[in-house]
Amino acid sequence: MIPQVPNVAQFGGDTISWVFQILFTLLFVVFVFYGQRIQMYVMIREVENSLLRLKVFRDEGRKTAISTIKELGKPKEDPTNRVDQFLEYVAFAPESMDPTGIVWKLEHLLDVEEARYKDEVKLMAPEADETQLNNIEGTLVSAQALNLIYKVIRHFYVLGKKTLSLYIIMQIQMVLPLIMREAEAWASALKAFTLGQPIGDGAGALVAAKLMHGHEIRKIAKDMVAATVSIEDRTAYVLKAEGPGANVAKPGEAIKQIIEENEGKIATIIVIDAAQKLEGEKPGDVAGGVGVAIGGPGVEQYKVEESVLKYKIPVNAFIIKEDIGDAVSTMRKEIFDAIDTVIERIKGLILERTKGGDSIIIAGIGNSVGIGQ
Amino acid sequence: MSEATETTGTREAKQPTRRFSSFLIAVVFVLLALSIIALMQAFDMYRNNPKSMDYVTFMMIGLIGLALSTYMLLQTRKKVLQITLAIQPVTTTVLCQKCGFKNIREFQRGDYIFKEAEPCPRCNEKTTIASIIREVKEKEKVREERI
Repeated sequence: MIPQVPNVAQFGGDTISWVFQILFTLLFVVFVFYGQRIQMYVMIREVENSLLRLKVFRDEGRKTAISTIKELGKPKEDPTNRVDQFLEYVAFAPESMDPTGIVWKLEHLLDVEEARYKDEVKLMAPEADETQLNNIEGTLVSAQALNLIYKVIRHFYVLGKKTLSLYIIMQIQMVLPLIMREAEAWASALKAFTLGQPIGDGAGALVAAKLMHGHEIRKIAKDMVAATVSIEDRTAYVLKAEGPGANVAKPGEAIKQIIEENEGKIATIIVIDAAQKLEGEKPGDVAGGVGVAIGGPGVEQYKVEESVLKYKIPVNAFIIKEDIGDAVSTMRKEIFDAIDTVIERIKGLILERTKGGDSIIIAGIGNSVGIGQ
Repeated sequence: MSEATETTGTREAKQPTRRFSSFLIAVVFVLLALSIIALMQAFDMYRNNPKSMDYVTFMMIGLIGLALSTYMLLQTRKKVLQITLAIQPVTTTVLCQKCGFKNIREFQRGDYIFKEAEPCPRCNEKTTIASIIREVKEKEKVREERI
């Protein structure tokens, strides 16, 4: 069973031949008993290489956040300590053993978190205006995501090395390509937020912005804007998060408010959002369907679902497909080009599903960074 | 304008130097020495009896060992790796609503979609930023698209 070096027998007395024979035997024994360990070291090395890349991303995020705050906020003190504290910020989800009322508990926590973020950013960058404050917050959130990814991978790497457990290392090594894609996406998000460029996630907001541009804008709910637009002889209430600062606001609250203002007399609601594409699909592909297409923790989606159920209002959705990298980095051409397609499809849907004189709601969901109204 | 130029090219970041154990380097050197000995043995055998093909085994072992040890030695070089973050160019399109004049330029900090921009050079009317986009040059995926 032990592999033999061919023809070695012919030089039986030869020392070199014996050395090679012994080496081959040793190699065989080593692979039988330590094969798994060698495999583990190869995996550890792979995780280590990715970890070094993640560390560079994390440091880049921290550095970008500090330099942006210094440049836009002109703080009197060095913001480094505050940025470091922000990167380590933790938030606890509400207890779900008794799920009754958990949505409102979660909403309250999210409100507290947002207020806390805004206060922190204001303290770090006292000279920045509202738009710049929102963009700095976006940059800090990206840096925070990179910091978290780095720390989680480092945790499994160190734990795997300490315990020498193949399974700990293996589970992180297997998902590493997906994690690296996400980290690279957040790394490119840094530049978009720092410079205030529109991102892929803002596709829904851009559809609404195009529809409401040139009409009278009013503020509705928190950080949301709405305009009353006449489309195909229908009254459309178009709404989006207020731009051009980084903002996702509360679209659910705004939709609920408009439904209540109209005493439920809304013929249909159309929600437009960016959505994760499957591999093989093209970025910027548009799909239509039904339901409340609002991402995030689910609070806003829940509010809309409650209101439409009360008044039995049909909800339609359009999604613009993109991957995670496109969602948080500067809007690519294909996604921008999809905006006009969505507007055409909205008009078609309105003509097919509503009558002249009806009232409808068109909600553009997504981050309004770099998108005015 | 300096902001705009930052949006093209690549960003580079230095990565810490990787260290290797002296034990590993010693093993690599032993492998290198054995490979050289195997090659010398193959040469001796060929010189003594060129018609016999026995030298081939030693020559192969020697060459494989030599390639392996050289590769491992090259890997242990104390080089500072560079990690690059590719940044695609971002362009802003300024459009005159009146005469349709279009100006495509590099993105500048402060630009946002529907922002009022510089007056139109053709009709002197107000212009607005119509788009801010990133162009991605995808590698050819002919086979993938066919599926």
